[in-house]
Amino acid sequence: MATTSIVVAETELVLALLRRADDALVLGHRLSEWTGRAPTLEEELALANIALDLIGQARALYQYAGELSGFDEDQLAYLRDAGAYRNCLLVEQPNGDFARTIVRQVFCTAFTDPFWRAAMGSADATLAAIAGKAAKETAYHLRHAGAWLVRLGDGTEESHRRTQEAVELLWPYVGELFEADAAEQAMIAAGVVPDPAALRDGWERVVAALLERATLRRPAEGWMQTGGRRGVHSEHLGILLAEMQVLQRTYPGAQW
Amino acid sequence: MVDRAAASLRLAAAWAAAEAVPDPELPAVTIADLGILRDVALRADGRAEVTITPTYSGCPAMVVIALDIARAMEAAGFADAVVRSVLAPAWTTDWLTPAAHRKLAEAGIAPPRRGPPACPRCGSAETETISEFGATACKALHRCLSCREPFEAFKCH
Repeated sequence: MATTSIVVAETELVLALLRRADDALVLGHRLSEWTGRAPTLEEELALANIALDLIGQARALYQYAGELSGFDEDQLAYLRDAGAYRNCLLVEQPNGDFARTIVRQVFCTAFTDPFWRAAMGSADATLAAIAGKAAKETAYHLRHAGAWLVRLGDGTEESHRRTQEAVELLWPYVGELFEADAAEQAMIAAGVVPDPAALRDGWERVVAALLERATLRRPAEGWMQTGGRRGVHSEHLGILLAEMQVLQRTYPGAQW
Repeated sequence: MVDRAAASLRLAAAWAAAEAVPDPELPAVTIADLGILRDVALRADGRAEVTITPTYSGCPAMVVIALDIARAMEAAGFADAVVRSVLAPAWTTDWLTPAAHRKLAEAGIAPPRRGPPACPRCGSAETETISEFGATACKALHRCLSCREPFEAFKCH
């Protein structure tokens, strides 16, 4: 029946790669859930296109992490349980309405945009190459999300209210973006990955400027959620993975 | 001498076969026109090795392109060709050849350029963006303000 989960030997580099790969895959999967139900045809295409870019980035990262850990990209995506996923909590939060999806997209891409640009200078040539592609795509995604944030925030009374609610709801998940534990610190010191903490000021500036143009309030500082990077997730990830993994779990190694 | 000439002819034949493969989503242009084809080489074991680079990380056409190349190489007498994908240097629309620009425009797709694209139908520079994303990863949707026709434009990337 169901396939046994794999156990990945997480060296510092493998862990750093899985964290970025899982972010991209989970967010890409979330965006793909809009397929067939986006508010307009243009947005249907946009969200599917962004999802494809993210899943493509995840594949490149999984292939590399797989070379180092002895698994292939499909095994890494389909045969790890929620507790072995290393994505941040923000990306696994449900789509909600379109406003919530856009706010999540702004918060995420305002981080990944400078992250991938900085990672282009990685001491690891493979990661630098992956970053080179991801940086271009992410800049485009940020433009899309930012334009929608302004349109929704500075739109009707209802779109403003819903967008402000989404900002409040997702704000407690942004702190985790800038975390780095000891394993991550070792990779930062080796020049392999950028220091997320160093990207915080830039993120604040981009987000504050967008919120202002969108006539939205920046929430007050407060409690920040954490845990995703070490596998402690919200209930939502398990449900997402159940749907994403069911075929490979039920029919191990199925191909078509 | 004869061996070297034969090898060079064989390499030219391999290049010709790979260069002619059309893009599955934009059949008006070839993978060479788009800058997707990076290199063709003959390996010591006699097999051809074709190097390509993806336009976008998640471009679903890459799988089909790899299959199409393998089939084209087979038809040209290169059995079991190896298709290799490389990420660096990252693909850019600057690699589109002048022929690609001409063929795209003829197919009604505005070629990439910095700033707003010109209408491929009437040539007007007065155009507006409908959506930053189109039917494929490499295109966006625009509308001509002069002739009012909507059209696709290759993203400048």
